[in-house]
Amino acid sequence: MSSAVAQTQIPRLPHTSRVTQRRVFMSEWTKLRSVRSTRWSLLAAVGFTIGIAALACAVVSHHWPHLSAGDRRDFHPLEPNLAGVQLAQLALGVLGVLVITAEYSTGMIRASMTAVPRRLPVLWAKAVVYGLVTLVLTIPSVLIAFVIGQSIFSGRHINVAFTDPHVARAVIGAALYLTVVGLFGLGLGAIVRNTAGGIATFAGLMFVLPPLMYVLPTSWNNAASPYLPLQAGEAIMSTTPGNHLAPWTGLGLLCGYTAIAFAIAAVLLVRRDT
Amino acid sequence: MIEARNLTKDYGDKRAVDDLSFTVRPGVVTGFLGPNGSGKSTTIRLILGLDAPGGGDATVNGKHYRDHPAPLHEVGALLEARSVHSGRSAYNHLLSLAQTHGIPRGRVDELIDFVGLHDVADKRVGQFSLGMGQRLGIASALLGDPSTLILDEPVNGLDPEGIHWIRNVLKSLAAEGRTVFVSSHLMSEMSLTADQLIVIGRGRLIADTSVDEFVRQASGKLVRVRSPRAAELSVLLAAPGVTIGETDEDGLLEVNGLSPAEIGDAASEHAIPIHELTPLQASLEEAFMTLTRDEIEFKPLVDVEKKDEVAA
Repeated sequence: MSSAVAQTQIPRLPHTSRVTQRRVFMSEWTKLRSVRSTRWSLLAAVGFTIGIAALACAVVSHHWPHLSAGDRRDFHPLEPNLAGVQLAQLALGVLGVLVITAEYSTGMIRASMTAVPRRLPVLWAKAVVYGLVTLVLTIPSVLIAFVIGQSIFSGRHINVAFTDPHVARAVIGAALYLTVVGLFGLGLGAIVRNTAGGIATFAGLMFVLPPLMYVLPTSWNNAASPYLPLQAGEAIMSTTPGNHLAPWTGLGLLCGYTAIAFAIAAVLLVRRDT
Repeated sequence: MIEARNLTKDYGDKRAVDDLSFTVRPGVVTGFLGPNGSGKSTTIRLILGLDAPGGGDATVNGKHYRDHPAPLHEVGALLEARSVHSGRSAYNHLLSLAQTHGIPRGRVDELIDFVGLHDVADKRVGQFSLGMGQRLGIASALLGDPSTLILDEPVNGLDPEGIHWIRNVLKSLAAEGRTVFVSSHLMSEMSLTADQLIVIGRGRLIADTSVDEFVRQASGKLVRVRSPRAAELSVLLAAPGVTIGETDEDGLLEVNGLSPAEIGDAASEHAIPIHELTPLQASLEEAFMTLTRDEIEFKPLVDVEKKDEVAA
C-alpha cells in the first residue's frame, strides 16, 4: 500500500467515450451481480418455486386416496405444482424494491446519477437487466417444478402433460408473472426510494389489499377483486373457471400497473433532488 | 472551469445557498472554504446537477453538468457523504461506474493501484475504514481522467501519510492544467494546498481572492507597540479611526489603523522611547475567523452593510 501512496502522477486515459444506454445496461448488470442480496433472493425464488411445488405435490399425492369425490373433481394438478410461486413472488418483489432503494440507503445513487446525469437510462437499465435475469431464472424453475410435480402425480395417474389445454400457458405464465411482479416491486421502490417503505408498499398492494376487500359488500368485493394486482396477474396461471379475468387480460393489467409505477418513477426521478 | 451565477437553493424555508456567484479557473487549486453548514456541499450538489437550483445556474467547462455526453471525462467528483453501496467490492464499484462510459477494466485496476487499495480491492466497501473509503472516492473521481475535479473535504479521515499524498495529488492535478476545486472547513489545510480561495458563510459569498490577499485583507493594520511610557503614547495616538487595545502585559499596546512608520514618527516627535514596533499579520485561521464570525449558523442575522464592511 505505501509504495502506491507515494505515487502522485495520475495515469492518463488515452481514449474517451460517452454514456450510452447499452453501456448503462452493462453497468447495471455489474451492480446487480455484485451484491449478496441478489444471490440470496434469486436463490430463494428458485428454491421456493421448485421445492414447494415438489412438497405440495407429494402431500396431495399421499392424501389422494382419502380425498372426497368433490375434492377430486375440483382438483387440478397444476395448482399444487405452482404453489411455490406464492413465496417466490415475495422474494422477487422484495429484491425488485432493493435493486433501487439500496442505492438510496447507501448513497450509491449519487455516484450513479453523477455518472449518468440524464438519470432515466439508469431506471430503464435496471428494469431491463432485472427483468431479463428474473425471466432467465424463472422459466427453467417453473419447468423443473412442472416435471418434478407431474412425475410425482404420475404415480396416481392424475398428472397432466405440457401439451394439455392451458398447461403450457399456465406454466410459462407463472414465470412471466414472477418477472412482472419483480418489476412492479422495482417500480414501487423507485417511487418510494426507501427500503422499508418500498417493501411495505409492495406487500400492502399485493398481499394486504386482497383480504381488506372482504370488508366491502360481497358483490363489490367480487366486482373489484379481480382487478387487484395479485389477482389480475395470477389469472395467467388459472386452469379452472372462477372469479378472475381472462389469463392474458389479467397479466396485461398487472403489466399496466407496473408501467404506471415506472411512469411515475421516471417523472419523479428527473424532477426530484437526489 | 466552473462558473456559478446567482446560485440559490432553499430547503423548506431554510436558504442553504444564497445568490452565490464565482468562477473556478484551471491550473490552480481553488479552496472552497466555509464553516460547517455554510452551504459548501449543497453548492457542489448544485454544480453536479444532483439538486436543482431554486435560482441561478452553474456550468462546468461551459455546459450544465447534465448536458455533458460523457460527464466522467469532464468532471471527477468526490462527495462528502458516502456514495458507495456498502455490499459491493471496491473493484466492482469502480467497474460499474467505468462501464457507463465504456472505460476499460484496465483503467479500474490502474486507479486501484494508484490510490493504494490493491490489497483490499475485492473486499466489501462496508468493511473499509474512513480513509480507505476516501481513497476509493478519489479513485472514482479520477476514473474518467477529468479536466475538472470537485472534491468535498478530501482529507477527511485520511491518515497523515494520506493527507500528504492527497495534497501532492491536488497540486500535480492543477499543475497539469486541470481545474481543482476543493472544499474544506479547515483553514490550515487550505493554507497548505490552495492558491485561490472562495469563502462562503451561510450560503453567501464572503471572499473570492488569493490566499495571500485574503490574509492581508483580514489582517488590517494591526501593530504591536511596546513602550515604557505606553499610557502617554496611547493618548498621543488617539484619533478617529484608530483603536488602541490595552493588553495584559504592562507597556504593550495593540494599535489598529496606523502604520508602524506613523507610530514611530509620532513617538519620536515627543521623545517617547519605543522598545518594540511589530506589524502583525493574521494567520489564515484568524483571517477566516474574522471574516466568518458573523456568518456562523447560530449567530443572529447581520445586515448586508455590516458584512461588506467586515469583508472590505
